[in-house]
Amino acid sequence: MLEAEKDQLKNEILHLAGAYNNHRSGLLPVLLHIQQKYRYISRYAMQEIADIFRIHPVEVYGVVSFYSFLSTEKKGKFIIYLCQTISCDMAGKRAVARQLENELNIKFGETTPDGLFTLKYTNCLGACDKGPALLVNEDLYTKVTPEGVFDIIQSYRAKFGAHVTMEI
Amino acid sequence: MIQKKGPVVLIDIDVDEVFKKALSMSRVDILDEIKKSGLKGRGGAGFPTETKWNLAGTASDDKKYVVCNADEGEPGTFKDRVLLSDYTDDLLAGMTIAGYVIGSTQGIIYLRCEYIYLYKHINNKIEERRKKNLLGKNILGKDGFNFDIYIQPGAGAYVCGEETALIESLEGHRGEPRNRPPYPTVVGYLGKPTIINNVETFITAMRIIDKGAEWFTKYGTDKSTGTKLFSISGDCRAPGIYELPMGITVKELLATVGGEDAKAVQVGGASGSCITRNEFNLTLAYEDISTGGSIIIFGEKRNMLDIAINFMEFFVEESCGQCTPCRYGTETLLEGLYMLKNKKCSIKYLKELLQLGETMQTASKCGLGQSAPNAFISILKNFKHEILCS
Repeated sequence: MLEAEKDQLKNEILHLAGAYNNHRSGLLPVLLHIQQKYRYISRYAMQEIADIFRIHPVEVYGVVSFYSFLSTEKKGKFIIYLCQTISCDMAGKRAVARQLENELNIKFGETTPDGLFTLKYTNCLGACDKGPALLVNEDLYTKVTPEGVFDIIQSYRAKFGAHVTMEI
Repeated sequence: MIQKKGPVVLIDIDVDEVFKKALSMSRVDILDEIKKSGLKGRGGAGFPTETKWNLAGTASDDKKYVVCNADEGEPGTFKDRVLLSDYTDDLLAGMTIAGYVIGSTQGIIYLRCEYIYLYKHINNKIEERRKKNLLGKNILGKDGFNFDIYIQPGAGAYVCGEETALIESLEGHRGEPRNRPPYPTVVGYLGKPTIINNVETFITAMRIIDKGAEWFTKYGTDKSTGTKLFSISGDCRAPGIYELPMGITVKELLATVGGEDAKAVQVGGASGSCITRNEFNLTLAYEDISTGGSIIIFGEKRNMLDIAINFMEFFVEESCGQCTPCRYGTETLLEGLYMLKNKKCSIKYLKELLQLGETMQTASKCGLGQSAPNAFISILKNFKHEILCS
């Protein structure tokens, strides 16, 4: 990480935590923000966050490792969360899962080499009457079919655009 | 998708008028009406709402909190998602009235991360209410009544639906449940008296204030008054959300949703129990089978062992790992299920696993661990023959 990037991240954390008067109750919102923007919470970020909240970095790590939407490893630009809970499972989750793996050529838990997509299972998305359901970042898709998987993925590829520099 | 509306929760009311009416009533009168209505928590635990509000109301503290538990993570339930998007104003008004009753100035909606796409919508509604002075300082000219609401998103943890874990999460910690007592009504968020209610509870309270306790108690049973939202999924013709009176039998419910052919029904989600045909006469009420409203229907062809495995994998993932019975228990039960799947389980060991399940029910620290073996035990007891013979 470049010094300039470190400074930027630090200032960002300072600003975010400031909204909570550096009180620990602001820890999760700050972490969620960093996760969303940088797609992971780096060791450096955890250290800075710990300093600002005046807690031990291990405390921050403890929180990051507890919640499934936070991660210490860099995720793809688009995270596909496929619901694995029983109603979606009975509605045909497995065929959708297989097709996701085939289209992206990765397994669940992995990220595509271009850094665009991460495949993840998640527990109940609360769309049990319209399964199988999946979430792409903040977009919910219901009654997903294996054929539909291709279109969903394509729409995000198009959104990202070829002109944007690939970050890996 | 809403399949059946009314007559209590999923109805249109003049939210602003009811809100004004509530603020013109005394705190005691509101509590009294809620008490007479017999309203119990709609999240599934069924704690009397009036008692909770009264406990926090009588606690003397400079700061109190009203928390809405919008961490709807129980597999098979999705009614709060619909309420949060379609009945937002009702919820915000209900929370504000709760704040008025207990003497709180701050409301917090703990919104699960899986529903983060609702954040903007709810926040806009909060903004609108601020502009109309339905939130903020001296609300509707009522001197000294200040109340505001903000949304705090979760970050993906089923256990945070447990109220003390939810508080831990709000405070920026791992969502590990606390010992109770002290209950949150005494020592809650930041150590202050806090009420934590389900989305549906706040909205139902609004209806009771509008139409009165007497009207409300016309529906349901003596011990379970009113109606309840049920989230129906699985093998039936018309899955979705149904508002039905408390005390309806499973059989009646199945007939309503087109699931008459079911061989089993999971009532209460992963933490609930799996019941079979000979139990379909049981009623869905606090005194019989208590539920937050999750109903998952299993048709004739479903493999019950696979279902038990799905539920147990869920608990292995979602156990917070704090107490031993739950942390090791869930893993051991799952291994046992895999053994059954591979036809490698002796009856002797199966009996030990069932005993372990019962131990978890008593020895686990919180509701998650105590209910984690429910599905395992009920499926193994009811479908032992199917599982051992297949």
